[in-house]
Amino acid sequence: MMLNQLTTWQLAAKLARREASARQAMLDCLDQIQRVDGRLHAFLSYDAADAMAQAGQADQALASGAADKPLLGVPIAIKDVIAVRGQPLSCASKILGNFVSPFSATVIEKLREAGAVVFGRLNMDEFAMGSSTENSAFGATRNPWDLSRIPGGSSGGSAAAVAADECLAALGSDTGGSIRQPAALCGCVGLKPTYGRVSRYGLVAFASSLDQIGPLTKDVRDAALLLAAISGQDPRDSTSVPQPVPDYASGLNGDIKGLKIGLAREYMIGGLDPQVSAAVQAAVKQLEKLGAHIVEISLPHTQYAVAAYYIIATAEASANLARFDGIRYGARVEGADPIELYSKTRGAGFGPEVKRRVILGTYVLSSGYYDAYYLRAQKVRTLIRRDFLEAFAHVDAIATPTTPTAAFRVGEKSGDPLQMYLSDIFTISCNLTGICGVSVPCGFTENPKLPIGLQLLGKPFGEETILKLAHAYEQSANWHKEKPPPSL
Amino acid sequence: MDYEAVIGLETHVQLKTKSKMWCGCANQFGAPPNSNVCPVCLGLPGVLPVANEEALQLTVLTGLLLHCEIPPFAKFDRKNYFYPDMPKNYQITQYDKPSARNGWLDFEFAGGLSRVRITRAHLEEDVGKNLHFDRHSAVDFNRAGVPLLEIVSEPDLTSAAMAYDYLNALKEILIYGGVSDADMEKGMVRCDVNVSVRPRGATELGRKIEIKNMNSFSGVRRALEFEIPRQMDVLDKGGRLSQETRRWDDAAGVTETMRSKEMAHDYRYFPDPDLMPFAPSPPWLELVARRVVELPLAKKQRLMRDFQLPPSDAQTFVSDPPLADYFQSLARQTNNPKALANWVINNLRARLAETQTTLADLKFQPAHLLELMALVESKKISSSIAQQVFAEMFADGESPGQIVDTKGLAQVSDTGAIEAFCDQAIAANPGPAADFKSGKLAALNFLKGQVMKLSKGKANPGLVGAILERKLKR
Repeated sequence: MMLNQLTTWQLAAKLARREASARQAMLDCLDQIQRVDGRLHAFLSYDAADAMAQAGQADQALASGAADKPLLGVPIAIKDVIAVRGQPLSCASKILGNFVSPFSATVIEKLREAGAVVFGRLNMDEFAMGSSTENSAFGATRNPWDLSRIPGGSSGGSAAAVAADECLAALGSDTGGSIRQPAALCGCVGLKPTYGRVSRYGLVAFASSLDQIGPLTKDVRDAALLLAAISGQDPRDSTSVPQPVPDYASGLNGDIKGLKIGLAREYMIGGLDPQVSAAVQAAVKQLEKLGAHIVEISLPHTQYAVAAYYIIATAEASANLARFDGIRYGARVEGADPIELYSKTRGAGFGPEVKRRVILGTYVLSSGYYDAYYLRAQKVRTLIRRDFLEAFAHVDAIATPTTPTAAFRVGEKSGDPLQMYLSDIFTISCNLTGICGVSVPCGFTENPKLPIGLQLLGKPFGEETILKLAHAYEQSANWHKEKPPPSL
Repeated sequence: MDYEAVIGLETHVQLKTKSKMWCGCANQFGAPPNSNVCPVCLGLPGVLPVANEEALQLTVLTGLLLHCEIPPFAKFDRKNYFYPDMPKNYQITQYDKPSARNGWLDFEFAGGLSRVRITRAHLEEDVGKNLHFDRHSAVDFNRAGVPLLEIVSEPDLTSAAMAYDYLNALKEILIYGGVSDADMEKGMVRCDVNVSVRPRGATELGRKIEIKNMNSFSGVRRALEFEIPRQMDVLDKGGRLSQETRRWDDAAGVTETMRSKEMAHDYRYFPDPDLMPFAPSPPWLELVARRVVELPLAKKQRLMRDFQLPPSDAQTFVSDPPLADYFQSLARQTNNPKALANWVINNLRARLAETQTTLADLKFQPAHLLELMALVESKKISSSIAQQVFAEMFADGESPGQIVDTKGLAQVSDTGAIEAFCDQAIAANPGPAADFKSGKLAALNFLKGQVMKLSKGKANPGLVGAILERKLKR
């Protein structure tokens, strides 16, 4: 087996036993990228020399017996929305031009402290706005299970790269499902931490009160390891929380007896692809066999979540993206005065979906509409959060399908409004309420064989519980051992 | 028609912090362009703001100095608009829940005491500086992110002169509190004026006109001295005023309409999701309360009351806190604080200014000054000799007693000796003597001067005058 096909904990063990070198692991990843990325297009760019240099340093550290770094020598790729010093930062947009970040995000510094080899800029929907990677200014990424299909988004490049063994793990960002949905569609594990768990310093902001950085990995243990490495309060992020960081991996013992899993009646309204429905139901049954209790719960304000999300997210985005104006950095189109410079630069630099959302966000904040839209949406958000906190008083986790369907074809968005609604509803409440959520593979559709994801939502700082549940299920079902077709 | 002016002022004050409001860059005037910048204050992709603790304290401190309520909950909002000097194209400010509100400021005006109510004081960040050249413009972001306190007054001001005095009083309070150096020339204070006129005694407000671009407090006064009559004139001629923003042109001495190339002002305020609300805890408020100082006006009134000082002396001390401290430490040890004040203000302060030294460099002991005063009071030396002694004290640090003895400066009050000097002077100046006898009273001064010369300045001047007169009138 090539080293790039391992999980991080498997590679770390081999490296520690000196059965392999970090350089070889990085070379294997680079070889795989060479082999498949021409067709997959998960990477916008990567610096092979820099990656190999980091791997070399890791080997030196391994040689001198540095056993305490949990991710030493492990190649981890990064969504191009997270700043890495000296690397290009494009957010898959033309507006950033040739911008190179002069600083690294806190999560990158933490990964480096953990010894990881941090490399690559992974494709995404422009400024994280989208759920297919088709909104990238540099072309869509393809799903490794079927190259005619999308990998999901906005962290599509991250999910595809992990599923295709181009890296051992990846970081993505999640504002409305952008880690969990592509993880489900590509057959890997994706976790959105509780809001405030992981520092946002260095994450190019889409919606400040909804964004979180999280791991996309090949199995649940890896997700736990990466989460532990990147979590913790950061003095540079006023919204990060002083909650101690547990050893997330240590709770993965398979014992989920007595844990209560809620199924929300408002989510069971039909409209799911029957194969997805069957796979998720089977997964829930499996969890019951393993000792969990299934409980019906109600989330009464579910029907308002999508509206609240689109108002809040776009409002915050309209302000967060105002800085992209060509004055201090990025691509500039000149004008006779500042206003002309702004409109030409942003007109040329932003893609259509970004423009749509900025305009919508500006509108809902505008004089005369603020109370009716933004203010009201925030109040509704509180009601939705109360729904979840009330539910978590009775259950330890909530199970849902991650998506209503498997991956659709490039260029073909679903025409079914119910499916469009469902594709948002399962994931966005998690961001609106700030709770945590993980997607774990729970099967495949037939003809074509496409991954299906089971989502487990946990209460604030309840990552240990959902990881434990996800891990127990994963180990009993073994979906994670499946790989995309070799023809890839 | 008799009109009255209604004026409100919005004063923006840079806070005296070491670093900027949201990042660790230095808060420093006059640095080379774009040398105090970092990813945060440049609005680079991925950055986040972190509040400057000292700025929060100075904000609440100012609120306390201005007798404001400090609400238990305040927050930061984004004020959204596009302009090259604003890196994020939104300014972090406080919109509807400021850190201080409903206060007042008392100050001296037109021979009495006036009170202006303070609507609110809120914390925000400053923007960069635009520079315009022949064919292009540039921006210096050193100032972007500097903490700014906006102090808004109710429209309680009624004249240009009153506005001027209010601004100076506010500046003094801010300096006293250590909140700001408030140096308008270094851009530490900026002022926008809102002014309207209405028939005297009316209750409804007239059209409010905003005036910008004044660079000094006297500029504010000049702008109002132009604008108020201008508005009255328009109304007198039957015209109408529209709510607008006007620009003061100091060179031309006029206000003019600002061409509205500014975008429509819908700022789309919303709470900044990157920052926690500002809800000060009681212990924290306690900490800030301990930084509250005696206000300048209160200090002036106290000095006048406790030490029977005239207003001008008290004001001098208020404007020079170290001098005031020096004075106060000695004033309790003398029964003639006014005399002490004279020495401290007329002699000590003057000498310090001449020699460009400070109280810290003083060579003589504080007690020496009291000693000097005692020597004069006991008539051991004359007041003119005392000036000499002071000069020596200041220069060498010797005690006055020592100086008087060494230089033999003791006043001569021995009437016998003075009689002798007087006889000498009269004999040597028969002309002036005769002049005095024939009614030219001024000639006495000449003769007095001669006696002082003969006695090398040591004769008691009061006695000299009396003895000369007696001799001449014989």
